[in-house]
Amino acid sequence: MRRVPLRRIRENERAVIVAVRAEGELGRRIRDMGLVPGTAVTVTGRAPLRDPVALRVMGYTLTLRNNEADWIDVEVED
Amino acid sequence: MEATIALAGNPNSGKSTLFNALTGARQRVGNYPGVTVEKKEGRYEHNGLRLNIVDLPGTYSLTAYSPEEVVARDFLVAHRPALVVHVVDAANLERNLYLTLQFLELGVPVAIALNMIDVAAERGIRIDAEKLARLLGVPVVPTVARSGKGKEALMEAAAAAATARALIPPRFISYGSDVDPVLAEMSRRIETAGFLARRFPARWTALKYLEGDEQVRALGAKADPRLHAELETAVARLTEHLQATADTYPEAVIADQRYGFIRSLLMQGVVAHTGDRSRLFLSDKIDKVVTQRFVGPLLMAAVVWGLYHVTFGISKTPVGWVEGFFGWLKGAAGAHLEEGLLKSLITSGIIDGVGGVLGFTPLILFMFFGIALLEDTGYLARVAFMLDRVFRAFGLHGSSVMAFIVSGGIAGGCAVPGVMATRVLKSPRERLATLLTAPFMNCGAKLPVFALLTAAFFESHQALVMFGITAVAWVGALLVAKLLRTTVIRGAATPFVMELPPYRLPTLKGLMIHTWERTWQYIKKAGTVILAISILLWAMMTFPQLPEEVQAQFDERCAAVLAAAPAEIAAEIEAAKEAAAEGVELSAQARAVKEQLLTLEAEKAGAALEHSIAGRIGRALEGVSRLAGFDWRTNIALVGGFAAKEVVVSTLGTAYSLGEVDPEESGSLAEKLAETPGWRPLTALSLILFTLFYAPCFTAVVCIAREAGTWRWGAFAMVFNTLLAFTLAVLVYQTGSALGF
Repeated sequence: MRRVPLRRIRENERAVIVAVRAEGELGRRIRDMGLVPGTAVTVTGRAPLRDPVALRVMGYTLTLRNNEADWIDVEVED
Repeated sequence: MEATIALAGNPNSGKSTLFNALTGARQRVGNYPGVTVEKKEGRYEHNGLRLNIVDLPGTYSLTAYSPEEVVARDFLVAHRPALVVHVVDAANLERNLYLTLQFLELGVPVAIALNMIDVAAERGIRIDAEKLARLLGVPVVPTVARSGKGKEALMEAAAAAATARALIPPRFISYGSDVDPVLAEMSRRIETAGFLARRFPARWTALKYLEGDEQVRALGAKADPRLHAELETAVARLTEHLQATADTYPEAVIADQRYGFIRSLLMQGVVAHTGDRSRLFLSDKIDKVVTQRFVGPLLMAAVVWGLYHVTFGISKTPVGWVEGFFGWLKGAAGAHLEEGLLKSLITSGIIDGVGGVLGFTPLILFMFFGIALLEDTGYLARVAFMLDRVFRAFGLHGSSVMAFIVSGGIAGGCAVPGVMATRVLKSPRERLATLLTAPFMNCGAKLPVFALLTAAFFESHQALVMFGITAVAWVGALLVAKLLRTTVIRGAATPFVMELPPYRLPTLKGLMIHTWERTWQYIKKAGTVILAISILLWAMMTFPQLPEEVQAQFDERCAAVLAAAPAEIAAEIEAAKEAAAEGVELSAQARAVKEQLLTLEAEKAGAALEHSIAGRIGRALEGVSRLAGFDWRTNIALVGGFAAKEVVVSTLGTAYSLGEVDPEESGSLAEKLAETPGWRPLTALSLILFTLFYAPCFTAVVCIAREAGTWRWGAFAMVFNTLLAFTLAVLVYQTGSALGF
C-alpha cells in the first residue's frame, strides 16, 4: 500500500481515500460529493488540457482540479 | 383539502422531469424573494386532494454554500411543507441519501422517489425499496420520471403522508465519541434557551454551529449574542481537540459519519450488485471520445457551429412569415388610417418597433431549443469540464461558462439571466469578473442587430460572420476578465468540484417547457418594455415637429412638381394614391414624377428627424461618432440600445421608414440599409463591434448593480464598456478606411 496525493493517480487506477485535508468551502464541497475516507475512486479521464480530472466515485462521475486533488490523500495497491 | 409538498433532490436526479410529469403545463414560474433562483410551482389532484407542488432548486447538501441551498433550506424552514418528496437517483443512492439524512435531521417529513430505477437495473443495481423504507422510516416509491411510471403510487404515498401530518421527530445520527457529547451539551443549552427555536430543531442548530454554517451563525449572533459566543467556544474547543488527536475538523467528522451511516444502512441488504461494478457504462464510453484530448475540442467547436447552422437554417422560413405578417399589418394599417400623427405612431412607432423584435422570435425559439438540448443531454457539463483550464487562466471558473453561455456564448441568450447565473459562483472575485464580462456575449437582443447587418452586407457569408462575432465576443470577454482580475478585482481561485451527469436523451416535454419559458420571456419583453420604448423613441423622433413655415415650404415644392407635370400625369398619380392598396401600375412618365415627390418627402422626413430631440442628440454626437463611421441616425439607434439592444433594430427601422411615404414599399430594413449611401461593409463591421461591446442594456446594468451589491459596478459596466467598444470600432473603421475598404 502506498499513500499518495490523488493527483498522482494514473488513469484507470483504483484507490481508496484515506484523508481529506481541505477545510472550509473546498472541504465542505468535496465531502458533500462523497469524497470521504473509505471511498473508492478511479480516475476515468482528464480534460484535454490535463486538468481538471474526472473521477468515478460511488458510481457517478465527479470532476475536480488537480490543485484540489492535492488536498486528498489516497492509498493505492502496489 | 389542500397540501403543499416540496420536490427536492440532487441536480441531475430527474427532479425537473418528475415535476413536469406530475404537473404538465400547469406550472407557474417565479423567483424566490430577494434572490434570482427560479421558483417553480405546479398542481396535482389526487382523489379530491389538491397538492401544491413546489420544485426546490437542485442541491447536494443543505449547507449555506450556494444560494440554491439557502433557498431550499429557507423554504423548508419557513413554509414547513406537509412533505418533502426527495427525488433520488437510484443508480447513485449512496451520495443521494446524504441529502435525505439532512432532511431527516431538520425534522421535515420525507418521502423518497427512487427515480430512474430502470437505469439502475440496467447497471446491475437492485434496490430493496421496502427495506430502505423500513430502515429510514419513510415511504420509498420506485419511479421512472421519463415515462411517468410510479408517479401515481408516489402521489398516493405523498397524499397519505401529507394528510397524516404525523409529527416527525428529527433523526439522530451518532457522530462518534468525540462529537456526540459536545453536540448533546450544545443541544441542551440551545433547547433550554429556546435559541432559534422557532426556526430550527435544537440539535440541528448545534450541528450547524459545528459545521461552521455562516447563515445559522449570523442568525444566532443576532438572536442571542451570549449563547452564540458560548456555542462558538464549545466548537473551538472541540476543533482544538480533534486537531490535536486526529488531525481533523468537526465538519469533516460529521460528513464522514453521515456517509458511514449511509454505508452501514446500504450494507444491510438494501442494495445488491450484479455484474462487474467497474465496467464502463455507455456514458463513460461516450466520454472517452467526446472529451478526448484532440477529438473533444474539435467536436465542441463543431457542435456550436452546427447549432448556428441548424437554428439559422430552420428559422429562416418562419422569420420570413412573421416579417411578412408585420409588413402586411403595416400596409393595412397605413391604408386605413388618416395621414398624421396617429398613423405615424401606429405604423412607425408600434408596428415597426415591436414587429422588428418579434420577427426574430422563431430564431430565438430554435436557439433556445438547441441550448436546452445541449443542457439536458449533459453535454454542457462536458463543455465546462473541457474549458475550465482555459477559464482559470483568465481568472474565471469552469462554471463561468454557464453564465457566458446563458448570456449568449452560444448566440441567443440574454445577459440578464446570464448575470443572474453567476450566482452559482461563490467566490466574489470570479463572480464579479464573470458578471461584468458576460454581457459582452452575443445575446438574443444583439442577434437581430447582427442578423440585420449581416443580411445587408455579408449575405453570402452570413453564418460565417455570425460565428465570427461569437468568437470575437468570447475572446473580448476573456481578455477583459483577465484584465479585471489582474487590476480592479485581484485574488485567488475557488473550488471547481462538479458532477459530470450521465448522458441522457432529453424528454421532448422537458425541452418544450424549457424552450417555451425562455421564448415567452423574450416575447413579454417585446410586448412591454420594447413597446413602451418604441413609443418613447417615436416621440423623441417626432417632437419637436418642423416649424410650420418649413413644412409649408416642402408642401409648396411638392405642389410645384405636380404643377410642372402634365395634368393627366398628376391625375394618374392622384388616382394611384387613392387605390394604393391595389397596387396600380404607373406609366413611365408618372413614375418619374412620383420619384421626385418621394425624394422630396424623404428630404422632409429627414429634416423633421434632424429637428427632433433624437436628431439633436444624434447630431451632437456625430462629430465624435464619425471616427467610427456612425452617422446621427446610427447614434440615435445606439442610444436607444441602452434601453435594450434589440431597440437598435427597431430604431433604425423607425429612423429609416420615417423617410418613406409609400406604404406599398415595405421592403425589409436590410435592403434599405444596403441601398443607403454612407453604408458599406466596413461601417457594418464597425457597428457590429460597437454593439457587441458597448454598455449592457439598462436591465442588465440594474442586474449587475444588484448582483455586485453596489451601483459603482453598474456604472463601471456602462462607462468602461462604451469606451472599450468605441476604441475598438474606431480602430477597425480607421484601419479599414486607410486600407481602402
